[in-house]
Amino acid sequence: MKEFLWLIPALPFAGFLALLLAGRSMPERLSALVGTGAVGLSAIAVLLIGIDFIGSPPPGGFHAQGLWSWVELGWFRADAALRLDALSLTMAAVVTFTAFLILVYSAEFMAGDEGYSRFFAYMDLFVAFMLVLVLADNFLFLYLGWEGVGLCSFLLIGFRYKESHTGYAARKAFIMTRAGDTAFLIGIILLAASFGTLDIQTVMEVGEGAASGQQGAIAALAALSILAGALGKSAQAPLQTWLPDAMAGPTPVSALIHAATMVAAGVYLIARTHALFELAPAVMALIAALGAATLLISGLSALVQSDIKRALAYSTMGQVGFMFLALGAGYWQAAIFHFMTHAFFKALLFLSAGAVITALGGEHDMKRMGGLRKRLPLAFWSFLIGAASLSALPLVTAGYYSKDLILKGALAGSGAFLWGAGITGAFVTALYAFRMVFLVFFGKAGADAARRTGMGIAAPLVLLSALALFSGFIGVPSFLGAVAPPPDTAAQVDTTLAGVLSALVPVLGAAAAYVVFFKRRAWVEGLPEKGFVAGLHAFLRSGWGFDRLYERLFVRPYLLAARAGREDFMDAPYAGAAKAAELLSRLLAKTQSGQVRRMRWMTIGALLALRARSYDAHGRSPSSGVAAWASARLGGPSRVVLPFWRSRSILRSSFPFWTEEIAAADGSLKPILNGCPA
Amino acid sequence: MATVPAEYALALAAVLFALGLTGVLVRRNMIYVLMSIEVMLNAAGLAFIAAGYRWAEPDGQVMFVFILTLAAAEVSVALAVIFRFFHRTGTLDLDKVGSLKG
Repeated sequence: MKEFLWLIPALPFAGFLALLLAGRSMPERLSALVGTGAVGLSAIAVLLIGIDFIGSPPPGGFHAQGLWSWVELGWFRADAALRLDALSLTMAAVVTFTAFLILVYSAEFMAGDEGYSRFFAYMDLFVAFMLVLVLADNFLFLYLGWEGVGLCSFLLIGFRYKESHTGYAARKAFIMTRAGDTAFLIGIILLAASFGTLDIQTVMEVGEGAASGQQGAIAALAALSILAGALGKSAQAPLQTWLPDAMAGPTPVSALIHAATMVAAGVYLIARTHALFELAPAVMALIAALGAATLLISGLSALVQSDIKRALAYSTMGQVGFMFLALGAGYWQAAIFHFMTHAFFKALLFLSAGAVITALGGEHDMKRMGGLRKRLPLAFWSFLIGAASLSALPLVTAGYYSKDLILKGALAGSGAFLWGAGITGAFVTALYAFRMVFLVFFGKAGADAARRTGMGIAAPLVLLSALALFSGFIGVPSFLGAVAPPPDTAAQVDTTLAGVLSALVPVLGAAAAYVVFFKRRAWVEGLPEKGFVAGLHAFLRSGWGFDRLYERLFVRPYLLAARAGREDFMDAPYAGAAKAAELLSRLLAKTQSGQVRRMRWMTIGALLALRARSYDAHGRSPSSGVAAWASARLGGPSRVVLPFWRSRSILRSSFPFWTEEIAAADGSLKPILNGCPA
Repeated sequence: MATVPAEYALALAAVLFALGLTGVLVRRNMIYVLMSIEVMLNAAGLAFIAAGYRWAEPDGQVMFVFILTLAAAEVSVALAVIFRFFHRTGTLDLDKVGSLKG
């Protein structure tokens, strides 16, 4: 089975090609069948290959498949090669299964949209690139997938391109992730230049062998640039501001790309290159700190959002922050485990939110929802399960198991301070998750719900609900290896208390949400509209003012520089020459007045000026002055003009062949006459 | 038979030429301007004739035949233009011809 590894990314890509070439002429059903079927087949391929892989593990725990030699330049060589090991198998399985369920949902959700087949084409392309990303055995090939998912993210955020704000959001997401991608590319070049290869495993081994000295410093630098790339893609502070705006895309896109898979690409990248990061403890600490910071920033922002999708976006940032916390503590397996459970419950949350939004005719504002529990029971139950899993309610939800692992790991690997941040984040998570539940589904009825959901929407919701509840029982997939920090950083910490707390805190958070947003909701709504509280509210709501800060810090200076650069001083001489020519032309154009009266005088004057040459008293032409210069320049004999009263001189100068002097000098008159034009 | 000195003929040609030039420069009626140009051409022709006479060469008369041909062609075209212009504007005033301005 393993030799069919290449089929996993190839199938969605084939689906993309089919939809790209023939999508316009396909009926909706066929488009959906092709788009969903390609990903479904890919999921089946992952399943079969995975069973084969676990049943008979290959030697060394991985299976590599070289496809073709992509770039070969002297010593530099990059192959298009795939690598299947426990990590990439887990990622590929989660990506294909989640994508399949979301596409099934989309087949009904997007019905009637004018870009129906385009939507499926982009989604298939995204899945193909995402699978290239997780299966690549080479940094350059991985980067291809990395940029590809960025491109698809851009295309799908701007899917409804007729609304202007979607284009803005798409550009913002693209440019902000590009900032990280560029750093990542620099890191790749650094690795290639210092280690001579881009094969991920080789780089890891060489890096481990060179833990100290100059190569160690290079490894740390490369780890730092890879981290920057991961921060951009995973929407972590300080590159996080694009994610809430990315919610301009259709809801299934938010579920697949901006919650379940693509934003976790950074987590995967760091987990894949964790050997490199373990060489640089400072970078590890930075990862943990940034993860914790993002977790708190986004949690508090999610608490005050009124747009349901924006709230979920902030929540995604926070959950990825949890994963970064685990990565920074050295527990990359826990991060991947949380990635898996998060993919299920966050996709579930987005899809049920999408069901609510469509049922309410496009209403995003949670303040105008309410009391939907009875009218949309399916959406209610699936959202509730998703929220419970997100808050990590103990024992019954999948989110609990992964988050518990992360928190214990943070305590052991990063110390009490970051653990404290994590547990606070967990509390806030439970608080805002249940705030959403109470705002949307309880309380007095808001907007009217109209549409009933069909099977296409119901089935994925039910399946994802099951996964959000029970996928935690798998525990960390055993073949990922035991959850253990790298041996040298393993501190013996008693995590019993932490375990109790991480089970207790979500319940507390949910209870607090019940009190604040259900029992005493009037108190929240009665908060003053002015002063400190309102200011804090606006501050949190805008995502801690990062947008405004970046506007001041980067956008405006950039625009200023662009405006200054538009007047390029190097252009000045050339522009000046052009200006002078234009001025001259305008002056000369004045002479073309079209008045015959003036033109005839000018004609005669010009003739006389060209032919004129004054003579001195002896009939010789002067050797200096304007006339002499003109005569020398323009050539030709100059014969005119003497005053009228010297008529004889006129005759002599006008008709030189007449005069005896010339006749005598030449000796012959005939040649001169013959020389006249005839 | 008393011969007329060639200088006289040349002087006459010069006077004619000056008259024609003055006409071209100062007249406003197009017909008159055209006639003045004819006068200038004829003055040039007369100068050729005089020169040919002076040296007893046929070249001067040959040149005059050329000038005549040229004048005939010029007059036919110019008259056609003036005719069209008059049809279009109802005037022969040269100052009104401004539409060729670029």
